[in-house]
Order: sequence, then C-alpha cells, then structure tokens
Amino acid sequence: MSAIVSLHNVVKTYTRGKQTVEVLHNLSIEIAQGDFVALMGPSGSGKTTLLNLIGGLDRPSKGEVNVAGERIDQLSSGQLAKWRARHVGFVFQFYNLMPMLSAERNVELPLLLTNLSSARRKQNVQAALAVVGLAERAKHKPAELSGGQAQRVAIARALVADPTLLVCDEPTGDLDRTTADEILHLLQMLNKDHGKTIVMVTHDPKAAEFASHQLHLDKGQLVEGSVHA
Amino acid sequence: MKQTLAVTWMNLRSLPSRYMTSLVVVVGIALVVGVLVAMLSMSKGFEHTLKGTGSESRALMLSAGVTAELSSYIDPQMVPLLREMPGIRRDAAGKPLASAELLVITELRRGDGDVNVALRGVEPAGMTIRPEVKLVEGRLFKSGLRELIAGRSATRQFSGINVGSKLQFRGSEWDVVGIFESDGDAHESELWTDADTARSAFGRPGASAILAQFDTSTPPAVALQTLKAAVAADPRFQIDVLGERDYYSSQSQGVTDNINFITVFITVIMAFGAVFGALNTMYSAVAARQIEIATLRAIGFSGLPVMVSVLAESVALALIGGLIGAGCAWLLFDGLTTATLGQNFTQVAFSFAVTPALVARGLSWALGIGLIGGFFPALKAIRQPVAEALRGA
Ligand SMILES: Nc1ncnc2c1ncn2[C@@H]1O[C@H](COP(=O)(O)OP(=O)(O)OP(=O)(O)O)[C@@H](O)[C@H]1O
Ligand SMILES: [Mg+2]
Repeated sequence: MSAIVSLHNVVKTYTRGKQTVEVLHNLSIEIAQGDFVALMGPSGSGKTTLLNLIGGLDRPSKGEVNVAGERIDQLSSGQLAKWRARHVGFVFQFYNLMPMLSAERNVELPLLLTNLSSARRKQNVQAALAVVGLAERAKHKPAELSGGQAQRVAIARALVADPTLLVCDEPTGDLDRTTADEILHLLQMLNKDHGKTIVMVTHDPKAAEFASHQLHLDKGQLVEGSVHA
Repeated sequence: MKQTLAVTWMNLRSLPSRYMTSLVVVVGIALVVGVLVAMLSMSKGFEHTLKGTGSESRALMLSAGVTAELSSYIDPQMVPLLREMPGIRRDAAGKPLASAELLVITELRRGDGDVNVALRGVEPAGMTIRPEVKLVEGRLFKSGLRELIAGRSATRQFSGINVGSKLQFRGSEWDVVGIFESDGDAHESELWTDADTARSAFGRPGASAILAQFDTSTPPAVALQTLKAAVAADPRFQIDVLGERDYYSSQSQGVTDNINFITVFITVIMAFGAVFGALNTMYSAVAARQIEIATLRAIGFSGLPVMVSVLAESVALALIGGLIGAGCAWLLFDGLTTATLGQNFTQVAFSFAVTPALVARGLSWALGIGLIGGFFPALKAIRQPVAEALRGA
C-alpha cells in the first residue's frame, strides 16, 4: 500500500519571545493508506505538534510533509484551509461542537464548503449520523448529549465530507472506559469497513491496542521498536 | 457566501448567551446616539422655529452693518422717509404698510429673581401686515397706556403672565391685556405693546427696524430688489434691507452652528469611549469563541466568514444601541419646548425636533462605532494561527 502520510526530516521549533524551542527533531514517518496508527508518548513529547503537521493545521520549520498526495509544507494558510476541507477530518478531545447548533447542523458544517445542494447535504448528514449510530439525535443540541454521543457527532462531522484521513487528538481522553471503548470500536469500524486512514494520539495503552500500529514519541523523536500490531 | 451566512447566523444566535457583556456595547452606543440625536434635535428645532419666522412678502430695514434687530437703531427723522420708498405696499387710504418697531430687552422685576424679556413696540400696521399674529385671549393694547399683549410661549416660559396680571419693568407697572399666537414662531416669546408707548417708556424716539410689506404688483423678490436699490441709491440712508425670512434664517445660523459644533465635539469624545467599550466587548466575545472559531477554521472555513460574523455581531449590537438611543431621544425630547438665548440675547422658545434624518445620522454613528469595535477583534480572530488557537491559549 502506498504511503498517505510521509514526513521527511521534519523539524518544528516554537519561538516564544527570544527563546526558541525545538519540539520535533528531524522526524521522518510514513503512514500507509488504510492504516490505523496510534501515536503515543509522554506529555509534552510533541504528539499534538506532529498531528497538527499531518493534518495541515501547522507548517514545519524544516523538512517535507506529503499528505494525501500533496506536498503541504509550502502551502499558504488559505491553501491549507482548502486542502484540509478536502482531505482531513478532525476529532478533538473535547468534541469542539458549536453549542448553538443542533447535531445535524454541526455535522453539516464541512458540507457548507462544498457545492452540494441543501437536499444532498441533508442526505449526507443523515448518512454520517447513521454510521455513528446517532440518527435519532439529529435535532439535539450538544448540551443535550452525553460525552460519548457528542464525540460521535464530532466523528460524524469529521466523516461527512468523506476525507481520506481522520486525525484524532485524544478522542477518548474525556470519556469513561466503556464509552471510550465504544468510540474506539467505531473508529476501528471506520478504518476497516470504510477504509479511512486514522492517526490517533492517545495516552491510553488500552486505546492504542485498537490501532493496527503504534508509534512512540519521546522528546520530539520516534522511539525505536514501536510496536506493530 | 453560504459559509459566511451560516457562520454569521450561528454567531448572532449565540448573542443572547453573552448578553451581559453585549449590554455594555448596547448601552454605550445608546448613550452616544441618544446625546447626539437630542442635541441635534435641539438645533434642528431652534432652526425650525427661527426659519419659520417671517414671511417672503415682507422686508426688514435695519441700520447698515448690524446683524440683529436689537443692535439696530434708525433715527426718527429717517423713519417717515423710509416708509415712502418704492416697493412698499399701501393701504386703501394710501398709507404705506410699514411698521417702525422698537425692540428692547427689559428686566422683568419679579419676586423670584429678575428675568430678561424682549419687548416689541408695534405700530398698527405691524398687526395688519402680520396675518399670522392672532389675538387668542383678551384684547389688544391701547395706545398711550402701559398695556401689552404677551406671546403664547412667553406665558409658558415665565409664570405669572396672564390676561389681567401686572408686570413690573422700566419703573412702572404694565397690564397684560391679551395673549397672542403667531404660528409658534420666534415672536411668541415676546411681549408686544404700542410703538409710541414703548418709545416714550424707553426714551428712544427712533426705531430698531422697519417691517414693510411688499407691493403686490410685482413678485416679492422683484419688490425686494426695487426697495433695496432705492434705499442703497439714496445718500441720506445708512440702511440695509433684507427679506424678513432671510433675516430670521441668518439669526438661527450662528446658534445652530454653535450647537452643532459642540454636539460633534461631545459626540466624538463619547464615541471614543463607546469604541473602546465595543472593542473590549468584542475582544472578549472573540476570546470566548476562540475554540469555536479555531474549529471552524480547522474544518476549512476561511477568514472571511469569521471576520464577517464578528463584524455582524458588533454592528448588530451597535444598531440595537443606536435605535434605543434615538428612541429615547425621541421619547424624551421630541416636541419638548424649551427656551434658549438667541443670537440677539432674547429668549426664544422652540421645540426639539427629532427628525428621521437625525435618527439616520445617529444610526450611522452607531454603525461606525460598531464597525471599528468589531474590526480589530475580528482581525485578531483570523490572524491567530489555527493550531495555537485550538490549544485555547
Ligand atoms: N505555540 C507554542 N509555543 C511554544 N511552545 C509550544 C507551543 N505549542 C506547544 N509547545 C511546546 O511544545 C512541546 C510539545 O507540545 P505538544 O502539545 O505537541 O505535546 P503533546 O505531546 O501533545 O503533549 P500532551 O500529551 O500534554 O498533549 C511542549 O513542550 C509544549 O510546551
Ligand atoms: Mg497534545
């Protein structure tokens, strides 16, 4: 299988005032199309930083980032926004739903960036909500949903525009074991049945077991001997 | 477009949940607009009253170079000569329809402090050529007696002026024998008496001005030119001739210019405050929505809809504030009658006039404040890197 994500000699430095901190050091990674990768490591090791580079939310200080067949480290922020809309779905730890919008309106958001008719958008929203098992909660506001349900809505939103890649930053970090496992099963199903490539940051070794591969990051470098499931 | 509308709509709907901070903007802008509209309505009302005074068909003759009737004085020998000038209408008996009038400011002695009132000595022709002047109570003053009639506004401004009441000024007692109205113009703030009575009481045999009605055989503008030319050509006279309406318009100009200047000055200062209030509110609104905005941008929304949504919020708040301010100004002030010192130091009663044009002006200030107050926070919202904004830092 071809690599959908390929990072080559990537360096990321943050500058705060006069201090420059190198967070990722010469990192090279390849992730195959259709893979489900768990990205693990201690707090502050650079997991979110790496995920943001893969998802096109940020640009590296040095090195090459190829994702979904495009070199994205050179794109302007406007071009990156368009690229993200086409290729990436994001899932966050705290769901990041719009509190004023119903579940279906939240899920519809990415489709507002497409040319789909409102009827088609409705169809796709219903389909995405059905995939995550929340079709009957379409009219509910985020405040009326449990954490697990809210994360399902967020996953539906990440799915609805049919991106190649799902990027999840601690998607179960705010959920109890049972609910977390349900969400992880859902991600697994999306990977296996719908062919989505998934990169998931997690602290939780149990969660990482749901993935097909694990990558361990420590102090901005990949640790040798990352477990391959 | 679709994305802009969706994001803006979403943002506006979340407004009620932030109503406490939003209230700051609304109240601040309501104050600015309220004060602006109230003050402008004052000058508008004043202008309205003075511009409504006078007629196209009458001329006012003043001593040359003066700008106001009060500072004008025409020698008694000149008065009969000026009456005979061409362009002035004559009555059936062939007498010119012109009233040589004396206008003085006099101190009305009262128990609760003295007040200045304008007293006008009017000749009989002065009543004839002013059809708008109507006696609504009592009777006209009689020549040779210390009797006067009071304008309707004067009775409202100064308590104790009624038919039958006695007024103390110029060392004697005057009887109020009637009340007149004149379509709410500036004369309604005056006391009128017989011209000869006024001349002797104040020891001034001449006139402040001569009010003359134009000959009707030509249009008023032509008659005015005829009269002007004839007076200017005669070396005996040092006299300016003005259309009566022009005179009162120019009287309002100085005062309204002053009010308008002060108004803009105060409004600018207050608007500064309101802009800072709006900026503050919108910065915190943007901060409160930081994650929301960052999430939208992560999904792929561009800066424009975010920018528009923030601007729309501040403009919406500003317009609500503007409408409240203009509404309060209208409720509190429209039609409210008050008195002011006129250009010529007479008290003129006038009504505040909150016109649609003034409301529009107030709202355009609100709009400006809202746009400035929203612009910089909006810019900040879209300038912050997405990855950083998502961390909630
Ligand atoms: N905008 C920034 N400016 C400066 N330093 C930053 C910035 N963002 C992150 N860092 C630093 O970079 C390092 C890596 O951060 P990152 O968020 O990628 O870690 P992480 O592995 O995701 O940690 P966690 O498990 O706590 O989420 C940390 O030391 C962090 O303080
Ligand atoms: Mg992290």
